[in-house]
Amino acid sequence: MSGTYYLKKAMKDPQFVIFLILAVVLILVPVFAPFVAPNDPIEPDYSNLLIDHSAKYPLGTDEIGRCMLSRLIYGGRTSLLIVFVVILISSVIGVVLGILAGYAGGKVDMLISRITDIFIAVPQTVFVIALVSVLGSSLKNTILAMSLVSWTEYCRVTRALVLSLKENPYVEEGRLGGMNEFQIILKLILPNVFPYLLVNITQDIGAQLLTLSGLSLLGLSSQPPTPEWGAMLSGGRKFIQANPRMIMYPGLTIVMNVVVFNLLGDALRDVLDPRFVKKKHHFRRMREWLNKTE
Amino acid sequence: MKKYLVRRLLFLIPIMLILSIFVFALTYLSPSDPVTLKYARLGVTPDQEMIERTKEEMGLNDPFIVQYGRWLGRVLHGDLGESYKYGTSVWQTLTERIPNTLKLAGAAILLTVLLAVPLGILCAVHQNRFIDYLLRIISFFGVSMPSFWVGFLLMYIFGVRFKVLPVTGSGEFRYLILPALTLAFWMVSLYVRRVRGSMLEEMNKDYLTGGLARGLPKRQIILRQILPNSLLSVITMFGMSIGGLMGGATIIETIFEWQGVGKMAIDAISVKDYPVIQGYILWMAMIYVLVNLGVDLLYRVLDPRIRLEGGRK
Repeated sequence: MSGTYYLKKAMKDPQFVIFLILAVVLILVPVFAPFVAPNDPIEPDYSNLLIDHSAKYPLGTDEIGRCMLSRLIYGGRTSLLIVFVVILISSVIGVVLGILAGYAGGKVDMLISRITDIFIAVPQTVFVIALVSVLGSSLKNTILAMSLVSWTEYCRVTRALVLSLKENPYVEEGRLGGMNEFQIILKLILPNVFPYLLVNITQDIGAQLLTLSGLSLLGLSSQPPTPEWGAMLSGGRKFIQANPRMIMYPGLTIVMNVVVFNLLGDALRDVLDPRFVKKKHHFRRMREWLNKTE
Repeated sequence: MKKYLVRRLLFLIPIMLILSIFVFALTYLSPSDPVTLKYARLGVTPDQEMIERTKEEMGLNDPFIVQYGRWLGRVLHGDLGESYKYGTSVWQTLTERIPNTLKLAGAAILLTVLLAVPLGILCAVHQNRFIDYLLRIISFFGVSMPSFWVGFLLMYIFGVRFKVLPVTGSGEFRYLILPALTLAFWMVSLYVRRVRGSMLEEMNKDYLTGGLARGLPKRQIILRQILPNSLLSVITMFGMSIGGLMGGATIIETIFEWQGVGKMAIDAISVKDYPVIQGYILWMAMIYVLVNLGVDLLYRVLDPRIRLEGGRK
């Protein structure tokens, strides 16, 4: 059950290793944007407006001559930063409340579950739109609004996990061995929640990226001239007739990120959750059997 | 069943109440001032005294709970107030816009059902063959693409390249095709995977073997027994994705300039027209809660296992 066991198992899984490397690259490129990007992402170049591609501008320029490639690379800073902060905030809130609800049970559970019900009762995008419309659109408010709608899923999953985990005999053993409730949660429950949490977090990255890009498109996240993928798409749609590449590149960048993080999440799930491996096995048997009966 | 329905309906009351407090608090806490906005619309520059008088008239000096009570009373009578920007009744605007949104969502759902179920079956029956892999790859990308980006691509292909359909617009059927396809593409991708998954799960159960042993043709077992059973989980999923559909519809309406409630809300946000935003949120939450209730009830009607346990709690 230890971390090193999973690590060894994960490193033997080719899908996991490949997508881990790709994900690390996708994170590192924006982090080191000043060294990687060929041009300044904000400085306009009025002598090179809307060019397709050139030696200086590999992916061309936008309507005021800013380098598309550099903007995409720098844009990753904004987009990925927002997504990671949102996931950090919402997973911490969700896991703490989920453990509280699942472990304490009774009235605490009732209260927390009802609160989650209310948050779930409003469609997420609508909720975010409502919040941002009042708070005003800024990076901080986007993060706040997205976190407020995202924690419920972490809470729900953690609660369900803790409910089954606390029935394990080792929890009782820990209690008999003199651990207090806090130690039990920290040493016996949390380490077992963690693998599932990691899978959820990885799979959430893609979903959050998509949500964010939608918000940016509506003008509800970062403000110009800060480069951000969704905002670039929004700006590019005016040029859909003459310069379709202005919507192609940011879109492809988002898709690339979502695909890599989703597949990484799937691979991680297969590594950490033995149930899915078994299921795969079932499917293979099923297929052999179906072929036989045909 | 009746008990369950009553319990669910009772649970709606606190949810809608808390939601209404939230929606009202939006305007109450908002930085923009309805009095200034009102005069701005009339083209008058008010002095301090006029502002105070109007504030008193509009009841803006009362405590929160009094203002909330008054507002709730009006809303329950179908009066959502007037748009700050246009001075028109929000209720009237909503009723004009709602049919458009319903048209769009309905067309997308119809397309989804017509495409996702057969394709899902196709995948499950031909598991791990070429067609299965192909559809799975397409649907994988389908759920990984921002839905509005798909919209842009469709706009480009059909509107710009081949010029067969209008790029943006609202009302007539030809304007509906692209936004509906865009919304449906995302949903079909989601559901093909789901239908496939639940079909395969059902196929692993013993009754398939039983049926085959009794000499029933495989096609018949799949269509008459496996499909209905696997559709149950698809119905649950529909309840879960309706929020995404509505949020997605808001974005799609905006990019295609389809005059639905979503487009209305986004336009209202840019001018801080809070009564309109309130109307939008209330309508969205209402629909969402009701559809989910409907889905849960349908699920109970269709699945005898749950129906029998209905009185459990």
